[in-house]
Amino acid sequence: MVKSELIQKLSEKANLPPKIAEIAVNTVFKSMTDAMVRGEGIEIRGFGSFKVRKYEGRKGNHPRTGTTIEIEPKRRPFFKVGKELRERINKKSSDD
Amino acid sequence: MTKADIIETIYEKVGLSKKESGQIIELIFEIMRSELENGEKVKISGFGNFNIRSKKVRRGRNPQTGEEIEISARSVLTFRASPVLKKALNN
Repeated sequence: MVKSELIQKLSEKANLPPKIAEIAVNTVFKSMTDAMVRGEGIEIRGFGSFKVRKYEGRKGNHPRTGTTIEIEPKRRPFFKVGKELRERINKKSSDD
Repeated sequence: MTKADIIETIYEKVGLSKKESGQIIELIFEIMRSELENGEKVKISGFGNFNIRSKKVRRGRNPQTGEEIEISARSVLTFRASPVLKKALNN
């Protein structure tokens, strides 16, 4: 499923005009992105949580040339699946 | 940030009532859950992809007792952040 299909399904199920459904979906992911940019974690009960991990800059080796290079500090998002969703995904596969 | 904060944003930006905003957010995540539950991936451009991976049975060890156990085959959910999201975090 891609984002446009999610918007379409939401529009059908919630009886929303497609344009409003699109704004709603975009607003959800935009506000989640903004939270992570602020360094905040996100918890969606029943779905999962997002955390931002910080990595310090360090010296590394260039894998091809072997020269020492400076690796910049960075931030990366991580997702951890919530209990309900984990169980639902697993249940389905063990039924097969 | 929790669901309540996202509801607040929808309420402010989309102009729906708080009750409707709450129902819509619930519905968005429920649509995604049932898709993933059926083994389908969910791709949100600009945010990231949620994929289901099947894990085979493997032998493992109880880290507390050292006892050898069998870890059953299972499906797990992985998230891969979009380059857009990664970039946003590092600007």
